[in-house]
Amino acid sequence: MIQTTKTDLFRLRRRPLSEKLADQSFRVLATCLASLVGLILVAILITVLLGSRSAMSAYGLGFLTTSNWNPVTNEYGAFTAIYGTIVTSILSLLIAVPLGVGTAIFLTENFIPVKGRQIIGLMVELLAAIPSVVLGLWAIFVMEPFLRPVLNGLHASLGWLPFFSTQPEGPGMAPAILILVVMILPIITAIARDSLLQVPVELRQAAYGIGASRWGAIFQVILPAAISGITGGVMLALGRAMGETMAVTMIIGNSNNFSLSLLAPGNTIASMLANQFGEADGNQVSSLMYAAFVLMLLTLIINVLAQWIVRRLSLRYT
Amino acid sequence: MASPARRPSLSNIRSLHRKPKLPRNRWNGFFTFLAGLFAVIVVLPLVLVLAYVVIKGGSMMSLSLLTELPPAPGMTGGGIGNAILGTLIVSLIAALIAIPVGVGGGIYLAEYSKSGAFASFVRFGTNVLSGVPSIICGVFVYGLIVATRIFFDQSYSAIAGGIALSVLMLPTIIKTTDEGLKLVPQELRWGAIGVGASKFVTITHITLPTAFKPIATGIVLSIARAAGETAPLIFTALFSPFWPEGLFSPIASMSVLIYNFAIMPYDVQIALAWATSFVLVMMILVMNIFARYVGSFNKI
Repeated sequence: MIQTTKTDLFRLRRRPLSEKLADQSFRVLATCLASLVGLILVAILITVLLGSRSAMSAYGLGFLTTSNWNPVTNEYGAFTAIYGTIVTSILSLLIAVPLGVGTAIFLTENFIPVKGRQIIGLMVELLAAIPSVVLGLWAIFVMEPFLRPVLNGLHASLGWLPFFSTQPEGPGMAPAILILVVMILPIITAIARDSLLQVPVELRQAAYGIGASRWGAIFQVILPAAISGITGGVMLALGRAMGETMAVTMIIGNSNNFSLSLLAPGNTIASMLANQFGEADGNQVSSLMYAAFVLMLLTLIINVLAQWIVRRLSLRYT
Repeated sequence: MASPARRPSLSNIRSLHRKPKLPRNRWNGFFTFLAGLFAVIVVLPLVLVLAYVVIKGGSMMSLSLLTELPPAPGMTGGGIGNAILGTLIVSLIAALIAIPVGVGGGIYLAEYSKSGAFASFVRFGTNVLSGVPSIICGVFVYGLIVATRIFFDQSYSAIAGGIALSVLMLPTIIKTTDEGLKLVPQELRWGAIGVGASKFVTITHITLPTAFKPIATGIVLSIARAAGETAPLIFTALFSPFWPEGLFSPIASMSVLIYNFAIMPYDVQIALAWATSFVLVMMILVMNIFARYVGSFNKI
């Protein structure tokens, strides 16, 4: 008798069936919910591909290189929009990268007291929170009228270049590029700041120790050490700029006539979708889906590349 | 070089002083100025946008603006009550879908499979999904729900808009849950398992409550972002000049109202767009600052 109670005390408790069941079903539930992410991605790809099937068979790859978009004659080519997407995103990146990285340096070096840096950092983060449609409204009624004399001056002085060859008449690629700069600055600044903060302090100390000036240390030691993170952030910003919709739609002019001039109205894939999808039918829907597929492919490639760069090129300091 | 004197000569002492005219010091000053200038340029748009939204929109605030329906084109007066209500409804639908799925996915990543092939696939997918342009989410939901008329043969509906926004919120919630749970000390889990708790009880009673604050911060931020999104709504939830008529019919929202009214040729509508911007921006900024305030004192 006594012996059995003793062994009972030390015997492993059997888990009741209900507990096991709860455990296992919770695990299965969590796994299912996690796999939903992959499922959604595949579903997005399939939906867009299925939708664009008829346009793909009708226009083939010529869709990417022709620029006539005519719902009346049912001819569609997305070159204007693809060109607009690439040009606006690349040019906005060229402006935003120095600004963003410079700000990130300003926020990680001790130029001003910590409190001031925190306030500027918070403001940059809040800028990212402003809805793009509000930025678009601001761009239409405040930025573009303010900018027009500048653009007129550009046209007057540099009009012999094909990029400034048209008279600015309100909406156009140039204001769209500038509003894109505003939209991607917070991403670039935030990611550049994070990667600069991760550079170990010993590197800086060593640079100062051998007599480098502050900016000598920044340019030759700190920035190279943080370059992988910064490059990744720039790629993410490029993806964001390509897919950015509302502000661009409101200010780019939504014209499908191809023009090299940055002062003329243009189009991006995203703005074309936002502008036409609601009223489209038949082959136009399919063509828009085709354009959406191109946009998705572009951003997908850039995002995957960004992740790969961050993972592969990052120097690990321990 | 020239003076082998025992005491350092005057010129040698001077060499220890900072010489502002040296090229390197001039370049330093120049670049510091440039960096400061860039920081000002980056902050400037926020200040300008907020100033214009407050001046043009804030001056229109009144009770009737917040409670009345928008006027027909050409009429004056009216408000944005239906759009405010619509944004709340659509964001709520999105949150109700995205929070369980996102938190569940985050729990899987942090608690069940830290470094499996499937987990890294899910992490990769989360990153890719967060890079998918918001307009593509709209096209996706249009193709999946609106065009196929899945719900009661309704095409554009509030629920379609909510689903489109939830796709957008999902990656953020998964990431913040994953990272929040990783901050929970391993000892807490060992302690719970050690006193005989099952894994299910450990997660629901120990780790999730401990990581509540970072997860809540992430959720509030993602809702704030979704509330301002327009692109996924313009051809899923569409717009309606009337009060919401249920989850399965088109619904107004503040962001779509701004987009629609900003490109109208009527001053009344444009003024309403500014007023709506004011309400929307204030709502989003308050949520952002609240989330950061909650997140600031949550060192687990």
